[in-house]
Amino acid sequence: MKLVIVDVGCGNIGSVGIAFERFGLSPVVSGDAETIASADKVILPGVGAAGYAMEQIRVRGLVDTIRTLTQPVLGICLGMQLLFERSEEEGTECLGIVRGEVRRLEATPGRPVPHMGWSSLSVEEEGLGLNSGDYVYFAHSFACDPVPETVASADYGRPIPAVIRKDNWFGAQFHPERSGEAGARFLKAFLES
Amino acid sequence: MPARRIIPCLDVKDGRVVKGIQFRDHRDVGDIVEHALRYRDEGADELVFYDIAASAEGRSLDTDWVRRIARVIDIPFAVAGGVRTRDQAAACLDSGADKVSINSPALERPGLIAELARDFGSQCVVLGVDSFEADGAYRVKQYTGSPEATRDAGRLTLDWVREAAERGAGEIVLNCMRRDGVRTGYDLAHTKAVVEAVDVPVIASGGAGAPEHFREAFEAGASGALAATVFHDRIIPIPELKEYLASCGIEMRR
Repeated sequence: MKLVIVDVGCGNIGSVGIAFERFGLSPVVSGDAETIASADKVILPGVGAAGYAMEQIRVRGLVDTIRTLTQPVLGICLGMQLLFERSEEEGTECLGIVRGEVRRLEATPGRPVPHMGWSSLSVEEEGLGLNSGDYVYFAHSFACDPVPETVASADYGRPIPAVIRKDNWFGAQFHPERSGEAGARFLKAFLES
Repeated sequence: MPARRIIPCLDVKDGRVVKGIQFRDHRDVGDIVEHALRYRDEGADELVFYDIAASAEGRSLDTDWVRRIARVIDIPFAVAGGVRTRDQAAACLDSGADKVSINSPALERPGLIAELARDFGSQCVVLGVDSFEADGAYRVKQYTGSPEATRDAGRLTLDWVREAAERGAGEIVLNCMRRDGVRTGYDLAHTKAVVEAVDVPVIASGGAGAPEHFREAFEAGASGALAATVFHDRIIPIPELKEYLASCGIEMRR
């Protein structure tokens, strides 16, 4: 299987690649349109700011390449947010694959921002490798609007879409590569999708 | 709040885990990967690795061991020690660390916090603060890696953590120095004051000696509790600690 991690010029691509190496795969990190388009599966990673990541995608001429992918694609954390239309983070226009916006989390007493740590999931669909009650690791200050494509969510004062699914598109707001055994189950299910 | 986090802290020197007695005479206590895996298996929620020699030797931490940990660990981990530039932080993150913790370099040049937050996001930027109480106020110490170099940073702790959070720090690790290594409990008033001063998560550090101390830190509002000795010396086994805290009604990942 040819697994390509889109190079969006941000850090933390390392740990995503390592997580897939545990399944015996050799993921390729690439910003090349042809390499990405010809992959069996594509990972859109992302740590950092939405504006910077979208700029990197534009500079590499990858907006249309990504939008027209038909193979399974998984956006992780910021990578999931980039699948939406817009992000409040620096007023960024994103890829627009999923209708909806990404908004800043509001800190309230007992709920600091970033939302950082292990939260339990409420899972609404089978086949994701996840069960309701699984704890997975989150680290984010912005979150997607609840959308009909939500198939698993966490609660942080408001419902946070933890996993979305639309056709060949998957998004995970949490970090499966840092979510222990539950995260590994999720990645395995994606690889088998 | 997500589940409260139990965070073992490991001191690293030359890629090995070491244990010091009052900053000196560091004894090799084993391989970094073996320790990381042991804590992961016991149910630690996150790990912190602190290169104790990096800052004193005027260099950034060695990314070789960061890579070795990243390869085997599937829980988040932070690294600390001598990171003073954007590129040094990038090297840590590229090597697989989830967060970079900065302390003295942020005091030298507070702009560093914003540079890291802008490029990597606040969730990657942890501010370590060594704080002590004097004359009825909490004050920041700098260069605490060696007793000779330690000095008053000339800042009030509450002002500093507010400024750091505004500049983009995504988490504060508050080390209450008077409690370091004494195992009489976290400094709760101190921790609570910092929790109330900022909107970002606060990790309590310094003083853990018994399971009740962790409960108290969480009741004071800490998102996580960091400890070294009680975990290294197996005084408090993590599974039992988590069971106790859950029985007190504190949410734990188990």
